Amino acid sequence: MTDSDITLAAVELDQTTLLTPGQIFRQRMFGHKGFLIGATLILIIAIVALLAPVLAPHSPFEQSLADRMLPPVWSEGGTWDYLLGTDQNGRDYLSRLIYGTRVSITIGLGAATVGLLIGVTLGVIAGYFGGWADHSISFLLTAQLALPGLLLAMALVFIIGPSIWVVIGIVGVLHWTYYLVVTRAATQRIRSLDFVAAAAAAGASPRQIIWHEILPNLMSSIIVIFTFELGIAILAESSLSFLGVGIQPPTPSWGLMIAEGKQAMFYRPWLVILPGICLFLLVIGANLMGDGLRDITSPEGRNE
Amino acid sequence: MLRYIMLRGCLAILVAFTVSLAAFLLLNVASDPAQAIAGEDATAEVVETIRARYGLDRPLPVRYLDWLGGVVQGDFGESYYWHKPVASLVADRVDETLTLAFSALAVTILIAIPLGALAALNPNSWIDRFALGVAVSAQAIPNFWLGLLMIIFFAVTIPIFPVSGDSTWRHFVLPAFVLGSSSVPAVMRLTRTGLIEVMGADYIRTARSKGFRGWQLLRRHALRNAILPVISVLAVQLGQKFGGSVITESIFAINGLGRLALESILGADIPTVQMLIFVFAIVFVAMNLLADILNAAIDPRIRIG
Repeated sequence: MTDSDITLAAVELDQTTLLTPGQIFRQRMFGHKGFLIGATLILIIAIVALLAPVLAPHSPFEQSLADRMLPPVWSEGGTWDYLLGTDQNGRDYLSRLIYGTRVSITIGLGAATVGLLIGVTLGVIAGYFGGWADHSISFLLTAQLALPGLLLAMALVFIIGPSIWVVIGIVGVLHWTYYLVVTRAATQRIRSLDFVAAAAAAGASPRQIIWHEILPNLMSSIIVIFTFELGIAILAESSLSFLGVGIQPPTPSWGLMIAEGKQAMFYRPWLVILPGICLFLLVIGANLMGDGLRDITSPEGRNE
Repeated sequence: MLRYIMLRGCLAILVAFTVSLAAFLLLNVASDPAQAIAGEDATAEVVETIRARYGLDRPLPVRYLDWLGGVVQGDFGESYYWHKPVASLVADRVDETLTLAFSALAVTILIAIPLGALAALNPNSWIDRFALGVAVSAQAIPNFWLGLLMIIFFAVTIPIFPVSGDSTWRHFVLPAFVLGSSSVPAVMRLTRTGLIEVMGADYIRTARSKGFRGWQLLRRHALRNAILPVISVLAVQLGQKFGGSVITESIFAINGLGRLALESILGADIPTVQMLIFVFAIVFVAMNLLADILNAAIDPRIRIG
């Protein structure tokens, strides 16, 4: 090894030690194409949802029977008054799509949170205590995986009575397995590390160890799964609403809008195509962001 | 090996009954079946008569054991909606769903494995990126929406496949594509990673040094080993196809179990819903068991450990 090699290595070493974890994180974040695309999509849709009353040119509920099924502005017969046309009740389609972001995001965030609470609680208990707790929770996991989720969700939403809160609760209760599998394995790993043993030796109770030593170290995995589950929950809600056992009219849910547009889809395909594109963009945004976060936060820091 | 299969088999049966118990409790606690049979406008008196006639006034555990006793003898009760034995309703419609599930699996295999193999053989090439793009997009496309797009496209633009019904094999082409595409991302990624791992193994280097190249190397050496984990995932995916049939069958008007499920839910027909949940769970559990056994047969570390 020559002198210049050594200085080079020293400089490299210096650079990495100079960067704080936050800086490394930011560097990785802005170097990750998928993450940037996903985060941008999510950011735009979130802004649309927040500013819906300002952005929507019409009320999403106001019907105008004289203007039923108008095509979008670029096709023949479209008007600038209704940029993306109107639906079978003469409601402005753009405004309904804009308000639809609120339904999808509310249900996505709500259901992913319900799943998080169940999955992380069970995962930490199974991973930390092991033994019988672990065995019974693993059995619960196997049973949950065997349940036909969509079918059960449809039946329960229909029986209990469809509302946004019921859909959030049921989709959430049926989507906790991914959290459980990951937090259980991570807890087992963290539990055997020295700082946990040190905390235990210092007299910390299991409760304190879980809250102060284990959960903070699970945060990045939990956020990654939350992002994926957001997309999964949004797709689940849209399927339920499409089948008529989810969000009910006149609430503008994209899945419901596709079901309503289905009757006329051969003559007015945009009624089906537009809400589907919105769903696709939101879900792919969440998935790309999840993939990106996983790469960014993983110790190897794969940056591709 | 036999001991391992027995153990897994017992666990599978236990899981199936746990699932049936959970479904029974959830459905019967959340709803009032007597009210559902009588209809929403029925008087309290009528509802009570029905409750007594169907034995719905007994405590839940008794009703579950009663149901379970019937199931063991192949009797799943009578449909509230069609007024026929549930088991015969399901038997009438199982063929359509089996055809759909297996053809969907065929579609998955035909798309995912070649794509995954091509991506693995040319890492970071355009085909690898294309495969990744397909996987990422397929995961984000709502299945029912893809179905409707297919219908719009094939009914109007290129009418080569029928878009509704189940009378000929041609009717199953589009539904199988839609249902099958949902498994493509998982199977494709697994084929790719498995093959990349195998291609780095020593025995592949030996085969290369002996002059094997391209397709021959892939077929005679690499694919055989990389395909093993894929087979077990395919079994699990086949199990999920039954649950997934609800959406596909209702879009393409296929008269199978998925459509029966939707109809019985909308008709508040609890016995039929219960049996379908049980049947789908059994299929899923059986496919998982099959996957476990395949894995154990292939990899001795599993059956001993």
